[in-house]
Amino acid sequence: MLEVNPLQRPMTTDFDSRDMDWYIDKIVQFLVFVAGISAIVFIIGIFVFITFEGFGFLLEDFSFREFFLSPFWEPSDEDVPEYGILALVAGTASVTGLAMIVAIPFSLGAAIFIGEFATGKLRESLKVLVELLAAIPSVVWGFIGLSIMNPLIIDLFDVPVGLNVLNAGVILGLMAAPIMTSIAEDALKAVPDRYREAAEALGATRWQVIYKTVLPAAKNGLLGAVLLGVGRGFGETMAVLMATGHAVNIPGSLFDPVRALTATIAAELGETAVGSPHYQALFTIGIFLFIITFLINLTADLIVRGIRKG
Amino acid sequence: MFAESSLNVRNKRIQNLFRILFLIMTILLIIPVVAILATLIAKGGSIISIDFLFTHPTNGMTAGGIFPALLGTVWIVAVALLASVPLGVAAAIYLNEYAGDNWFTRIIQLAIINLAGVPSIVHALFGVGAFVIFFGFGTSILAAGLTLAIMTLPVVIVSTRESLRAVPQAFREACWNMGATRWQTIRRVVLPNAVSGILTGVILEVSRTAGETAPIMFTGAVFFLPFLPQGVFDQTMALSLHLFVIATQVPGVPENLPFGVALVLIAMVLLMNSISIAFRMYLRGKKKW
Repeated sequence: MLEVNPLQRPMTTDFDSRDMDWYIDKIVQFLVFVAGISAIVFIIGIFVFITFEGFGFLLEDFSFREFFLSPFWEPSDEDVPEYGILALVAGTASVTGLAMIVAIPFSLGAAIFIGEFATGKLRESLKVLVELLAAIPSVVWGFIGLSIMNPLIIDLFDVPVGLNVLNAGVILGLMAAPIMTSIAEDALKAVPDRYREAAEALGATRWQVIYKTVLPAAKNGLLGAVLLGVGRGFGETMAVLMATGHAVNIPGSLFDPVRALTATIAAELGETAVGSPHYQALFTIGIFLFIITFLINLTADLIVRGIRKG
Repeated sequence: MFAESSLNVRNKRIQNLFRILFLIMTILLIIPVVAILATLIAKGGSIISIDFLFTHPTNGMTAGGIFPALLGTVWIVAVALLASVPLGVAAAIYLNEYAGDNWFTRIIQLAIINLAGVPSIVHALFGVGAFVIFFGFGTSILAAGLTLAIMTLPVVIVSTRESLRAVPQAFREACWNMGATRWQTIRRVVLPNAVSGILTGVILEVSRTAGETAPIMFTGAVFFLPFLPQGVFDQTMALSLHLFVIATQVPGVPENLPFGVALVLIAMVLLMNSISIAFRMYLRGKKKW
């Protein structure tokens, strides 16, 4: 005999659990989704806004030839302003290049020591130290270039001015090294322990394990670390502004002052009238910087993902 | 029985050689920074005092303290945090609790990586174009704070996601089995277990935000102001920009002044980072699962 409890709701609504909590759940789901896609919105927003501000220049004064191939950056020349970024690109490239020569061997060496040789307390404290080094603000690095490295270079190499490629390159190298060390150490950590155990079981020494097993397996991750370091050096602004000497110049030696793309924007944006060709030209440099760093980051990501899948 | 063969001895020697080589490299990476810190303390330590921190600059910024710059940095960091922490935490919740492992999530992750990789001066250009001009905030604390918020958003998202991921899946499943909705599970179970991890990320973000210079140069921070900011639509001085200004733009600054400012800035940033690291280690030790 089937008895119906009068307090029990009809069967149909039992399955329809759309009460208050259900609606709250859906609203929250929508809100966090919006937050989730905010990074995409911002990246597109950055590109749209800097393109919008630089658009007038791109339409009127921009000449592909002049912009990329002329070494003359003379935007405030009253008769014939010239907007060539070749010397600025050379400045950025020389400083970043030297920084990488300084930073790559040391950061990879440090990553191998911290990740593979050091153990226990030593390892933990080295990791903390590297993390703290990465936190020093770029304006402080620039100040160090200006006030400590500058007289040091003048003394050591007997040159009149110590603000040059060498100064900025070393400063930038010291800045990029801790970041590259952390990322490279992560890449080493991503190599499964069973690889090491297998090699050790065959009688390999620690170095043989690293050289023959760990490094080949972590190759892509290490390359990604180097690329991210390059991207970081390329986009660094304050340190480069303060330590390069800030002279538009294609460098012939380590002791020549140069000027970087980023530093040009930082130094000149404040002096230009909103909407003037000079102002728009600075935004065009911004578009160029954005595209280059986007490509570097994309490549680094694709390389690192490559190993995860394989 | 297991006498060392000459090959083994040679391999051991190579191993030790490389061990020492890499140790030296690690030390060489750290020594310059320790030397720099020592120089900063030696040359700037003498000027640091309570007065230095809490008085206004005088004599065209060649004397006096750094109070307006310090306060300005606090304003900008506060605005940046208010904007980026809720957004970043929500984004991390979406990525860790809702998003599937598909191409769309990949694109979001790529956008986060790129947002972190965009040069700071490009963020500044965006801040000028978007907040100062388009939204009409003018050069203000609000514009500078929002520019920094977008720049440091990846720090919050990545660290929050790490700490959400550390909450065991079984906790969520137990909660779902009780009939809780996803949001109830997140609010009552996941977030309480992850909140301290999120906090370490926020502290890290404070340190990043406080040290940045380029993004605030044209969006809200100015070289000198004779008065303190009264609200978010005012301009302000900032510690990082103040260091740049007195190191490069102002003639006749006594040597220990910029060293003192650099020391305050670096101490602030390193203190924040140390707190964050110590907090993280404490949590790791405390974890029961």
